[in-house]
Amino acid sequence: MTTLALTVNDSATMLRRNLVRALRYPGLTVIVAAMPIVFLLLFVYVFGGTLGAGLGGPSGGRAEYVAYVVPGILVLAITGGAQGTAIAIAMDMTEGIIARFRTMSIARAAVLTGHVVGAVLQTLVGLAVVVAVALLVGFRPDANPVEWLAAAGLLTLVSVALSWLSVAMGLWTKTVEAASNVPMPLMLLPFFGSGFVPVESMPGALRWFAENQPFTPVIETLRGLLTGTAIGSSGWVAVAWCAGIALVGYLWAVRNYERRPAR
Amino acid sequence: MTDAISVRGLRKSFGPKVVLDGLDLTVPEGTVHALLGPNGAGKTTTVDVLSTLTPADGGEVRVAGHDLAREPRAVRAAIALTGQFSAVDALLTGAENLRLMADLHHLGRQEGRRRAAELLERFDLVDAAGQVPSTYSGGMRRRLDLAMGLMGRPRVVFLDEPTTGLDPRSRRAMWDAVRGLVADGVTILLTTQYLEEADQLADRIGVLDSGRLVAEGTADELKRLVPGGHVRLQFGDAATVRAAARVLGVPAADGLVLEVPGDGGVAELRALLARLDDARVDVAALTVHTPDLDDVFLALTGRPAAEEVPA
Repeated sequence: MTTLALTVNDSATMLRRNLVRALRYPGLTVIVAAMPIVFLLLFVYVFGGTLGAGLGGPSGGRAEYVAYVVPGILVLAITGGAQGTAIAIAMDMTEGIIARFRTMSIARAAVLTGHVVGAVLQTLVGLAVVVAVALLVGFRPDANPVEWLAAAGLLTLVSVALSWLSVAMGLWTKTVEAASNVPMPLMLLPFFGSGFVPVESMPGALRWFAENQPFTPVIETLRGLLTGTAIGSSGWVAVAWCAGIALVGYLWAVRNYERRPAR
Repeated sequence: MTDAISVRGLRKSFGPKVVLDGLDLTVPEGTVHALLGPNGAGKTTTVDVLSTLTPADGGEVRVAGHDLAREPRAVRAAIALTGQFSAVDALLTGAENLRLMADLHHLGRQEGRRRAAELLERFDLVDAAGQVPSTYSGGMRRRLDLAMGLMGRPRVVFLDEPTTGLDPRSRRAMWDAVRGLVADGVTILLTTQYLEEADQLADRIGVLDSGRLVAEGTADELKRLVPGGHVRLQFGDAATVRAAARVLGVPAADGLVLEVPGDGGVAELRALLARLDDARVDVAALTVHTPDLDDVFLALTGRPAAEEVPA
């Protein structure tokens, strides 16, 4: 087999291992999937009436806010998944079997790739559930199939980027507890962007930050694809951010994995 | 006979702490070599370096004919490591753990299942195959660990304290498993704190202290290295004891027993008995006392051997 075929083969084996583990230990997956749904319901039913009125659209109110908040919730769901991934890999590193993998002639990146692909698949399932709940509470997207596909593609890209970053974080931290805390700022980022309120409503410095952080172009692109608002340059900026985060996350993760103490 | 492991001047430090200080080690193919030493002597670090887990700071290492630094993949393809921390996946069943190894060795579905079943049988794990390792006893877990290592048919197996914390029965089962490997022609590097284990399993024993080999040889050679060996002679009456003491030039002890220092070698015994014969002194009984490895360890390192670690 060629090196590439070996890498794909070993990564697929590790992916199967991670999916079985996720099924055997579902608590983490369930919490990660439930969190964005709780936030969706909270923001639609508790804050939605007031925040929707503040959007200043023709109708205003809760229905309009549902349309506004769903892209932010989807991104929040991915960050929740990233936290789960960091915890999962930190837990995995405490198992003796990782040392065994490192003494075996298997593709070096396979252990990490298996985690990333597994995390992305779990996140996509979680996102599908969030979209279903959003539709139930009144989300009415006007996207055509191509736009749905593009939105799914962007969500996958964001998930891949944040998974590599969270794998790196999970490897970098020394304990499982720390691994659950380090990705926290990621979960706050959608709030300091255009996820829940328009950036125009924020004061000076915060607004500058909100406009220039990576999640805002992602959220703006999703909003445009799903509900037909203007996308402008957000699409390319979002893709560029994702590519950059994925690359940094990948390099950091591989470096951490190679440099970890033996056991 | 070629060497499965050859180590020249291996050095490794963690920060300012020197763990391996110019270690030399040669293990011929198909033999069992035990590294004996207390906690912190550098046993685990040696295994970590030889199994490619930790890079060395200096020295030349060849494992299974491959240079460790230049061809780590080739080394990995030829080795297996069973550590003191069980390297099994806690969330997969015993059979799944083995099939995971089969997949990583690219054995194919059929062959993988066949080998997994075979190893479960060999290591007496058939009944536990469908259960996760958390339900296993310590001994079963080590056996699963070893079975997983054998999936790839390694030529060199590293056993890092394979029986630490096991009860005597599980320990003997593990020893039997190791002897089975030797019968298959596998080379084994074993680390242990238990002198009896080294004595039972190893062809040669290296005594490791502060990152250096302080002695090396067969168990018998090591025992002969240290003082403390003696021949114990028993006589029929007090007059004979006094006569024997005069002939042999050793102080007369209380009772009817004399202890003559010596290693108990055949030539020495023959000479000893010849001198007593010439003086017409009758010996009632004779026993040879060789020091055990505990004596060896104490003599070589100035410290007693294994401080038992709570498992």
